[in-house]
Amino acid sequence: MKRIGVFVCHCGSNIAAVVDVKKVAEEAKSMLGVVYSTDYQYMCSEPGQDVIIKAVKEHNLNRVVVAACSPRLHEPTFRKTLENAGLNPYYVEMANLREHCSWVHPNDKEGATLKSIDLVRKAVAKVNKTVALFPGEIPVEKRCLVIGGGIAGMQTAIDVADMGYEVIILEREATIGGKMAILDKTFPTMDCSACICTPKMVDAAQHPNIKLYTLSELESVGGYVGNFEVTIRKKARYVDMVKCTGCGICEAKCPKKVESEFDYGMGKRPCIYKPFPQAVPNKPMIDPENCRKLKENKCGVCAKVCPTDAVNFEDKDELVTERFGAIVMATGYELYDWKKDFGEYGYGKYPDVIDGLQFERLVNASGPTMGKIKRPSDGEIPQDIVIIKCVGSRSTEKGKTYCSKICCMYTAKHATQILEKNPNANVYIFYMDVRTPGKMYDEFYMRAKEGYGATYLRGQVSKIYQEGKKLIVKAEDTLVGKPVEVKADMVILATAAAAVKDSSEIAQTVGFSYDKDGFFTEAHPKLRPIETNTAGVFLAGTCQGPKDIPETVSQATAAAAKVGALFSKDKMATSPMISYVDEGLCSGCGLCIPVCPYKAIELITIKERVHGGEVERQVANVNAGLCQGCGPCTVACRSGAINLRGFTNQQILAEVDAACQ
Amino acid sequence: MTLKYAYYPGCSLNATGIEYNQSTKAVAKHLGVQLEEIDDWNCCGASAAHNTSHLLSIALPARTLALAEKQGLDVAVPCAACFNRMKAAQVEVRQSKEMKKTINEVIDMEYTARHEVKTLLDVLVNDVGLDKIKESVNRPLTGLKVASYYGCLLVRPPKIMCFDDVEDPMTMDRLVVALGGEPVEWSYKVECCGAGHSTAKPAVGIPMIRDILKNAKLNGANCILTACPLCFLNLDMRQKEAGQLDNNSYQLPVFYFTQFMGLAFGYSAKELCLNKHFVDPVKLLDEKDIFRHPDTRREKA
Repeated sequence: MKRIGVFVCHCGSNIAAVVDVKKVAEEAKSMLGVVYSTDYQYMCSEPGQDVIIKAVKEHNLNRVVVAACSPRLHEPTFRKTLENAGLNPYYVEMANLREHCSWVHPNDKEGATLKSIDLVRKAVAKVNKTVALFPGEIPVEKRCLVIGGGIAGMQTAIDVADMGYEVIILEREATIGGKMAILDKTFPTMDCSACICTPKMVDAAQHPNIKLYTLSELESVGGYVGNFEVTIRKKARYVDMVKCTGCGICEAKCPKKVESEFDYGMGKRPCIYKPFPQAVPNKPMIDPENCRKLKENKCGVCAKVCPTDAVNFEDKDELVTERFGAIVMATGYELYDWKKDFGEYGYGKYPDVIDGLQFERLVNASGPTMGKIKRPSDGEIPQDIVIIKCVGSRSTEKGKTYCSKICCMYTAKHATQILEKNPNANVYIFYMDVRTPGKMYDEFYMRAKEGYGATYLRGQVSKIYQEGKKLIVKAEDTLVGKPVEVKADMVILATAAAAVKDSSEIAQTVGFSYDKDGFFTEAHPKLRPIETNTAGVFLAGTCQGPKDIPETVSQATAAAAKVGALFSKDKMATSPMISYVDEGLCSGCGLCIPVCPYKAIELITIKERVHGGEVERQVANVNAGLCQGCGPCTVACRSGAINLRGFTNQQILAEVDAACQ
Repeated sequence: MTLKYAYYPGCSLNATGIEYNQSTKAVAKHLGVQLEEIDDWNCCGASAAHNTSHLLSIALPARTLALAEKQGLDVAVPCAACFNRMKAAQVEVRQSKEMKKTINEVIDMEYTARHEVKTLLDVLVNDVGLDKIKESVNRPLTGLKVASYYGCLLVRPPKIMCFDDVEDPMTMDRLVVALGGEPVEWSYKVECCGAGHSTAKPAVGIPMIRDILKNAKLNGANCILTACPLCFLNLDMRQKEAGQLDNNSYQLPVFYFTQFMGLAFGYSAKELCLNKHFVDPVKLLDEKDIFRHPDTRREKA
């Protein structure tokens, strides 16, 4: 005999302001199997949970319906409550009176109350058919894969490695360090970026628990939390990492120079090169796009001069497959490609219109100009410099709708750097708003403005064009209400921070979701900001959205803590709400196999005794480790042989019947 | 296959832009494009109607377009302002059934917007094609460094006009290359010429013209090419006043792109009304030997 208790939550005023909760609780009493019903202001609170536990004991309840918010938010809470009350945790069913009712019908109190009663009736009908479920166990592979070797990836890797677990950093560039290694100084302390980044790079490389896979890309990811199977493509480097001593003769002798990616086109590099002198690993690679030996079978100077015979033109890509228990995404960001959209700024035609990262290289002591701010066109020292903020950010017309968050601070930093090196320079910053929340951030901005004398003008620039050696910058000063025209020697665009171009493919490969801009989506923006909705995959840094360095590092450490928590147990409980096959009904048609997004179903051969003889036949089989309980297989199955625990056909039909009452 | 269009010259081409009309007809005929003038066409309302009444500004061009629809042809419009208004009318009627109903009531005719409205530049460069144009060239415009000036109306607003890049259009530039000239890279391609301001408020309008001329010259242009009678008028007629602003004499000949095509195809100065310009273009053309057969030009001889 089912003895059901119904607990209706007010959710403060979220539900009770619209739905007549008392009436819902009253109506519930007449539903089949319900022996107790009550309402309470906050069901999820400790006293609220006590209400349930007490009622279970006093009224000898064996099934519970909580009519409150979305099960996404509090189903685990109430499962624990039932466990505390001595019941199987899966004996609870939730009716979503908040997201599904009060929030969407705020102006129809009567209708919402009726709908709430129906929702509760459905939940009661379903819980009537609920059976006890028991979680399974899977082993945990205590190795962590960190995808991306920027400051976020390095920090996570070091923290996880310090906990005693093995970590692999997967980095597609030839060196770790990411964007931070490119920067000159960091706001608001103006400490040298390389001075804090390069020691971290060395720490990561030298840590006994960390292995670096540079120049490597993710090929495929299989498996599930605790047991990911990851295939990595280690790209041909054409340099033997063991033989090479990093002496640098090859770089010096390479006859062909091309634009340096690390310097964002501000400087040149040879075709066998390290991205920058402090690169980790500190060994060169050959750029197959430009190397004459690889393309035309000419030259080969690097191989001739190499004292250790480390150059290997025959090098090939290599695929390796390894197992990991957790994956941390730290793939970072890139600058929004303004050149295709911003015709008013010249579509990138004017050499002296540069972006923020290009400026970082110009002002960097180890950059192509040794830190002298020279304009790209003729190498002259620019006197009048215009900085334009929000290029591609906060725009509904073109570019990105979001605020890129870091630009207000780094433009103030750029202004400070320019005026420190050349106090007579004129720096004009065009802005929409100045947003500098953060410890010592607004003080930093005020110092750039009032201490160093950068001129802030409110208004977006409408046009830039070249007139002789000068760039004419036309804009409106919206505070004065007049057009302004600045004759500038150089223009720096604070372009939007965007997700890396292939972020969506990376997310699809690993198997979790991303937003419209390509940034990775967290499981819950407030309560689970480090996790993705795929168990065992965590986020760190700007792959989730624009962030500054302190924020990135905090999140990276948080991700490491999550990995540590996962690795702290040898076995992991799995959700029992997965599919199972009734072999007696299964005809082995295999229709369920292609619909399964997790590749969790396969056909197996079973032996059966029929009429005294033994026959072999094929049936579907669900891998409990891979199944995520999503349910398409149950729909595809013609014979109704596959059922989803917790959402069985019986339970769903009971709900439908209740809804049609 | 001959290309056939309903032709809407608009008021300008019968008054200040006779050169445009004349050269258009010559060039179209030369390329085998049939232009059938729309019977009983009316003013598009460009300069004033949209300031007065939105409905009027749509209804005026819609009436002409409805007449063109009876001819069953796509419409070719030389004037950038007329093109702008007609395209706006077409888009509004296409987008809203209500607007369509209202317009049909106002003009007392059925206008379904099923035909395309195209600027003449689009028709000649994209429909006829640069290959065919190249074939017709027998006097390549060697030595002409051209600032292709599109003005503000030909490409804006981009969602309505759907014609070329809004900041850096290239249609005319590609045409110049096909005709043997050399387009210059410059920054005022799509700036406003000041339009009506140069008459009503010269203090505002004339500097705008000056800026365009200055930038063209600064980037090495020796002439300007337009596709708009109002731009042409402003740049050609007020060049002296613009020059006086900074004690300069620009002397930059301005051409309609159709005149340019006519020149390259071998038409005479008179046939193209080159004698009607304020800034004498013939001097430049003589200097560059444009009127002579390429084989007998000075640098060849």
